[in-house]
Amino acid sequence: MMQNLPIPFLVLSFLTILSALYVVTSKNPVHSVLALIFTFFTISAHYVLLNAQFLAIVNLIVYAGAIMVLFLFVLMLLNLSKETEPVKSNWWGISAAITAGCLLLIITAAFQVSGEAVAKNPVEGIGLVKALGKVLFTRFVVPFELTGILFLASMVGAVLLGKREKGNDALISKEELNG
Amino acid sequence: MSILNIFSQVEISHYIYLSTVLFCIGLFGVLFRRNAIILLMCIELMLNAVNLLFTAFSSYMGDSDGQIFVFFIMVVAAAEAAVGLAILVLVYRNTRSTDVSFLDQLKG
Repeated sequence: MMQNLPIPFLVLSFLTILSALYVVTSKNPVHSVLALIFTFFTISAHYVLLNAQFLAIVNLIVYAGAIMVLFLFVLMLLNLSKETEPVKSNWWGISAAITAGCLLLIITAAFQVSGEAVAKNPVEGIGLVKALGKVLFTRFVVPFELTGILFLASMVGAVLLGKREKGNDALISKEELNG
Repeated sequence: MSILNIFSQVEISHYIYLSTVLFCIGLFGVLFRRNAIILLMCIELMLNAVNLLFTAFSSYMGDSDGQIFVFFIMVVAAAEAAVGLAILVLVYRNTRSTDVSFLDQLKG
């Protein structure tokens, strides 16, 4: 089953899974963020292999560029780059591994039973900006506009949450004075 | 033209297995880790596994709707990361830690 696969697909898949495992198991959060950025790069390479060029670029810009920089920024802001996480007991890890393994087993078995339900019908150029833009601005124009409202709401929410309240500040300083 | 004609050599089932493994790694991270920022990163990992599967199905079936959905998932993930990290900063300001096991105040 594995022998007939092309080398680029195999190498990319192994790199993706290894770096994803490193994200989960690394003790240092900064190493986790960097491994996650590497995972996003390999997933973008998968998109290029799948003829989804627009998504490959957007994945790099939005995920590896914007979101992960936000994560790194928060890590630096909270000064969490030290290995401060307390070690959990072994039972916790074993039960988490069993749960995730059960899900893996169930999904794999479900796909084994359902078999090959997808007809191969690749069309040249559906992943390019021109084709996707036409679909996005005709059939999906209402959801596209709604995402604008979602972004506005999340922006207002993030600013509101991040704002330091004056009453809260006074409370903290009073506690600090007493303590 | 693509660099490699992946559709004739790789079956869709291989992409299904790859995304399933990625999703389960993300789920394991959510269950195993306590650091809230790593939990958010594992959620991003699970979202990316789903994105990869959407793109694979879309490309194999020659239908661009799946790629539009991936676009919307990315938008929602960006909004989620922004609000989640703002909540995380607020939690850190109140508890001086990002350990989620300290967040059991509602238990009573």
